[in-house]
Amino acid sequence: MLENIKTFASTFFVTGDPMIYGADVSIVLVSLAALFVLTYFKKWGYVWREWITTVDHKKIGTMYFTAALLMLFRGGVDALLMRVQLAAPDMKLLHSEHYNEIFTTHGTIMILFMAMPFMFALFNWVVPLQIGARDVAFPFLNSVSFWLFFFGAMLFNLSFVIGGSPDAGWLSYPPLSENAFSHGPGQNFYIWGVQISGIGSLATGINFLVTILKMRAPGMKLMKMPMFTWSVLAACIIIIFAFPVLTISLALLFMDRFFGAHFFTIDGGGNPMMYVNLIWMWGHPEVYIVVLPAFGILSEVVSTFSKKSIFGYKSMVFAMMVISVVSYFTWVHHFFTMGAGADVNTFFAISTMAIAIPTGVKVFNWLFTMFRGRIEVSQPMLWVMGFIPCFVVGGATGVMLAVAPADYQYHNSYFLVAHFHQTLIGGVVFPYLAGLYYWWPKIFGFKLNDRLGKWAFWLWNIGFYVCFMPQYALGFMGMTRRLYTYGWDMGWAPLNMVSTVGAFLMGVGFLFQGWQIIHGILYAERSNATDSWGTGRSLEWSIPSPPPVYNFAVVPQVKGFDDWYLTKEEMKKPGYKAEKPQLESIHMPKNSGIPFVMGACWFLAGFGLTMETAFSWMIVPGVIGLIGVGLCMFARSFSYDTDYYIPVDEVKRTEASLGRVV
Amino acid sequence: MSKQKLLRRSGFFIMAALAMVLLSGCEQYIVLDPKGPVAEVEYRMIVISTILCAIVVIPVLAIFAYVVYRFRDKPGNNAPYAPHWDDNKVLEIIWWGVPIVIIGILGYFTARDTFALANPPKTEEPPMVIQATSMDWKWVFHYPGQDIATVNEVHMPVGKRVEFQVTADNAPMNSFWVPQLAGQTYTMPGMAMKLGIQANHAGEYFGSGANFTGAGFAHMQFKVIAEDQAKFDQWAANVKHTAPAMTRADYDKLVTTKGLADKKEYSSYPKGIFEERVMENGGDNHTGHFEHKEATKGEKSQESTNK
Ligand code: HEM
Ligand SMILES: [Cu+2]
Ligand SMILES: [Cu+2]
Repeated sequence: MLENIKTFASTFFVTGDPMIYGADVSIVLVSLAALFVLTYFKKWGYVWREWITTVDHKKIGTMYFTAALLMLFRGGVDALLMRVQLAAPDMKLLHSEHYNEIFTTHGTIMILFMAMPFMFALFNWVVPLQIGARDVAFPFLNSVSFWLFFFGAMLFNLSFVIGGSPDAGWLSYPPLSENAFSHGPGQNFYIWGVQISGIGSLATGINFLVTILKMRAPGMKLMKMPMFTWSVLAACIIIIFAFPVLTISLALLFMDRFFGAHFFTIDGGGNPMMYVNLIWMWGHPEVYIVVLPAFGILSEVVSTFSKKSIFGYKSMVFAMMVISVVSYFTWVHHFFTMGAGADVNTFFAISTMAIAIPTGVKVFNWLFTMFRGRIEVSQPMLWVMGFIPCFVVGGATGVMLAVAPADYQYHNSYFLVAHFHQTLIGGVVFPYLAGLYYWWPKIFGFKLNDRLGKWAFWLWNIGFYVCFMPQYALGFMGMTRRLYTYGWDMGWAPLNMVSTVGAFLMGVGFLFQGWQIIHGILYAERSNATDSWGTGRSLEWSIPSPPPVYNFAVVPQVKGFDDWYLTKEEMKKPGYKAEKPQLESIHMPKNSGIPFVMGACWFLAGFGLTMETAFSWMIVPGVIGLIGVGLCMFARSFSYDTDYYIPVDEVKRTEASLGRVV
Repeated sequence: MSKQKLLRRSGFFIMAALAMVLLSGCEQYIVLDPKGPVAEVEYRMIVISTILCAIVVIPVLAIFAYVVYRFRDKPGNNAPYAPHWDDNKVLEIIWWGVPIVIIGILGYFTARDTFALANPPKTEEPPMVIQATSMDWKWVFHYPGQDIATVNEVHMPVGKRVEFQVTADNAPMNSFWVPQLAGQTYTMPGMAMKLGIQANHAGEYFGSGANFTGAGFAHMQFKVIAEDQAKFDQWAANVKHTAPAMTRADYDKLVTTKGLADKKEYSSYPKGIFEERVMENGGDNHTGHFEHKEATKGEKSQESTNK
């Protein structure tokens, strides 16, 4: 009996590594501490009512953001571990399997569990406010999306301490990711963690597409929409077409692993190259999914802090739409060296370079928005100014990679690693941070500390160049990606050491941001002011900060692009008189616990199916989880009491408490 | 810390990083130091694309610096301020137009060289053949003409086109990369791809597996030794006389033992083992998916060799 338990435990839990024991201990301690605090301060009810069951898009946004920040921390620790391992030749910190697990989880987490939720946080915080809506189109679904993302991410992270992490790279190419080369549950964790959260992402895409198309305040024609909303629209269109491809690819891979199918194994007549094609048909558009909203943020911030309307609105919109379409015709640039013919490679090389054209146009438009403006170097603007040179150079190296014959040399080398980090950090993380600083006072009613923010900015930026510029050179020296170690003979050591120093500078920058947020929560001056920066232009700046549950007491009648700016101009005119708002009771969705329960059921199902390869009885929780998912849907389809009205009196009271005349 | 100080310090870091790059010696930038015609074409494309990109990047960075400097919102700045100026057709035509032209030029060169690499000029004599197989985690080379084999090191004659046929045996996809001679080509189980390369200078070149394949991947490096024909022949003859023969059991052991292997030479190997293993890895299933031509070199579309 005791023996059985022992063998079970040693397969079930990951053992043998002090770092993992440390993680075990800290997970247990943090969980206990959380349980204790919630119980001691009697906060269970509060957490359940206000957060877990919420369908308020702003709170869902906050939860997405919190999760993204935690994942940035985890992904960042992974990155630093890798960089320490590579700092000098023959380093003994990580052995090869462990290194492989770390770059796999780092990549997956950064893109799917950091960038995506960060982006969804901004969608949720901003889009309804910008279009004058009281909520998203499907608030219940929005909550389902969040919990699917959350439990998918939890499942993926669990692999660190239970079962073992995946180690076949963030896109898990077969045959490496097939049973023959990756037995054990790690790869299943990848499949289910990504699958579950991916379904949530698809739902979010649909939700925001419908929200933008259907919920705009009267008068807001498509061509009067703020740039950020446009960028979300473009991203959602891509999500809707890309994510089903991911779902299918993972499902097929699962069938290979679980039922012994041969979709991607040559020996049964399948073909691994099919997987590579499929996964990049999702994977390439995916990078545009995360970068387009970044473009939207930049447009908002540049125009606000240059105190000038955005330059070339129409061509900005056009450029984004072109990008969203062309991004579907470039995926083969990820495997020019796999043996497609010269014709195929040429087509995809040129289609890839073509994307640089609309992207470059946007950069010019931002520059000319600043031109003849009055640039106020606030925190958000600072990050935009970090973005421009970084992204311009990253984009240029992207064009260089698109040149197929040159890519035969760059492919799988550190040149590539430098390029994609430059676009992902410079082009996605920096703008998202700009957006964070920009909308933070809107959502929380206070600004983040300036001085700490400057430290963070400079550390991130200097750290970035110190970390990634040497990697271009390492690529030219023949260093391939995903190496866990190298010898002295190649001369890679000095540059790797420099690169590691840069990574730590960025890490310190991140700590400053954590400090900044805590500092803000504790000490920052609160204000309900509507237009926190004083130069806001779109509708979100016309309502109090943080906005009340219903956002707009009266749904605005939109006059034109930059509607709030127009209103402010109006107000400056002599003889301006505000209209007396006509308040009505407001129709709102009710909270629901079903999304959370459904997410938990997915988690159980995913966990069961994942661990089934190690213990066949784990199929039982797997099936129970799936049944639970079905039951949740059943329960939802029979709930009729899903909405309520906020009475006029309450709206009046709320508005008055926010200092508004009603 | 004052702003000046911060700036100075960051300047220091950037200079230090630059110095590192420059001081670590030119001959280490092997990608930029081609030693054969294929790598030369690739190198030329690297240079052309860098220049064309720089034509856009440098002015953009300059404009950016100027704009930020000129239009800062500080008291006494008398630069023109035009809060409603948001449209200018001429400017827009310029910045849609110029990149289109540049991409057009780059696209032209790209197409030209992509096709050139795929269709190399025919040579009088048939090229020498070397078959390279990636395994977990080692490289095995067969020389059908010489009927010898090596592990983790390959010899080839200089100044002569050598056709590498590459595959993976009982191992995930890998990628055959010898930066100074030619860019990568994937090695895939059940498929054989051709990569014709030539070394114009005698020497030892660094080669590695470039596509991740699991635990031992970092150690999948090999040396390519290019030497003149006489020396090569002498080496081959020497191997033929002194090295042991590779038996089927030896080969199977290499394939099935997951692990690294030492450098080794064999005076013979089981006939046709390369082709046989391609078929056994599923080569017979692997027809007609998408036309599977080799990436960088070779004459004709080719599935598994010598069916
Ligand atoms: C914050 C600083 C970061 C550092 C120091 C860093 C460092 C690294 C390192 C050392 C690798 C492994 C390279 C290799 O061995 O091949 C890597 C891979 C990767 N990183 Fe990062 N990273 C950072 C941020 C990010 C961010 C923000 C993203 C995405 C939004 C990201 C996405 C990836 C991806 C997709 C991979 C490839 C993983 C794979 O090969 O499967 N990284 N990073
Ligand atoms: Cu791509
Ligand atoms: Cu193939």
